[in-house]
Amino acid sequence: MNIDSISNGYVIDHITAGKSMEIYRLLGLAGTDIPVALITNCASSKMGRKDIMKIDADIELDLDVIGFVDPDVTVSVIRDSKCVEKLTLALPERLVNVVKCKNPRCITTIEQELDQCFRLTNRAEKVYRCEYCETKAEF
Amino acid sequence: MGNVRTIIDILDLSTQEIDELIDSARDIIANPSAYAEACRGKTLATLFYEPSTRTRMSFEAAMYLLGGNVITVASAANSSAAKGESIADTIKTVSCYSDIIAMRHPKEGAALVASRATGVPVMNGGDGGHCHPTQTLTDLLTIAREKGRFSDLTIGLCGDLKFGRTVHSLINALCRYEGVRFVLISPEELKVPSYVKEEALDAAGVPYVETTDLSEHMAELDVLYMTRVQRERFFNEEDYLRLKDSYILTPEKLTDAKQDLIIMHPLPRVNEISVAIDDDPRACYFRQVLNGKYIRAALILKLLKEAGTL
Repeated sequence: MNIDSISNGYVIDHITAGKSMEIYRLLGLAGTDIPVALITNCASSKMGRKDIMKIDADIELDLDVIGFVDPDVTVSVIRDSKCVEKLTLALPERLVNVVKCKNPRCITTIEQELDQCFRLTNRAEKVYRCEYCETKAEF
Repeated sequence: MGNVRTIIDILDLSTQEIDELIDSARDIIANPSAYAEACRGKTLATLFYEPSTRTRMSFEAAMYLLGGNVITVASAANSSAAKGESIADTIKTVSCYSDIIAMRHPKEGAALVASRATGVPVMNGGDGGHCHPTQTLTDLLTIAREKGRFSDLTIGLCGDLKFGRTVHSLINALCRYEGVRFVLISPEELKVPSYVKEEALDAAGVPYVETTDLSEHMAELDVLYMTRVQRERFFNEEDYLRLKDSYILTPEKLTDAKQDLIIMHPLPRVNEISVAIDDDPRACYFRQVLNGKYIRAALILKLLKEAGTL
């Protein structure tokens, strides 16, 4: 993989320095054979330091996960080595199977194969609450 | 599944719908014979994974009052839950036998899981320490009948305000009315959770004070809602024993109270209201129990009509 240019995939830019590994993990890229380049602590005129992730595969990207971890990133969609779309993200209204409810009294602790669902209840404070028991998500 | 109406949280009902339910309950009280065949041939399933006297029996009494049938699972030990069956599977099964389901479960969010697994209306009869909307409807009917209004009331909530699901639901319901003010009386460890304060009280701009002293604001109260410290909500028995006798309402503590105060309790009580208060006309917790039957009958009627079953 050439980390300067990818033919089909995504460039996730302006990641807060140090957060790229979390995005990598939550996107489920670990353990796959998808070529990924993580560049950490790059100099950035806007941010001081930032991370960049390049994914060299036309996969279905879970933008909710990225928006949840770092809503200020930009995502460039690369097709045939050209940027065809630039996406700006926001905190998603709903998270499914991204964080786990920590409330031992929550139904998610016992019900078979139940999705972990959280809703955004306070955008300014980035508060998510479990859809089942309303416990605040802990990150 | 489907678009069938379920009642998981009191906020699933608008204030207009609550007013209509209260009117319907009043009509059932005034003309019970007119409703004696209203649910003929329909079946209510009560599925209670946690102990209950009032909630389960009032659902069942309500359905009998409407001329319907009742099938019941009165404890988890007597159901396939004891064999490890999921809630979703149990509900899908029970839906085959019934037109409407009332359910109680110790886990928070269980009623939501149930409602998503079925096309039959589900009424949450309590999901752990989370919500108990039909108790709140009972409380609202009681306030409506005893006080004649929901607005301009100072409401004291006393006892376990952390795990007390009736308290959370009642706050959510009353926050939507003008001029309501709360006095939250509890030990430090059992205060109203921050999410209820932030998302109900603060969001609605409803004034409230928190105190550990039952007598401090007694003279201001229009409604005093007592609750039990619930042993089943504690993981640690020592914490329960330390907190269980925090507040005991006695005639002496009512010295400064208004003459038209109403004293409510979702029951069961353990010792938090002295039996010496039972004969005080302001004590309305047993009238509250009776109201539970009528408002649940009104709710069953509403949900079956909306589901197209009636």
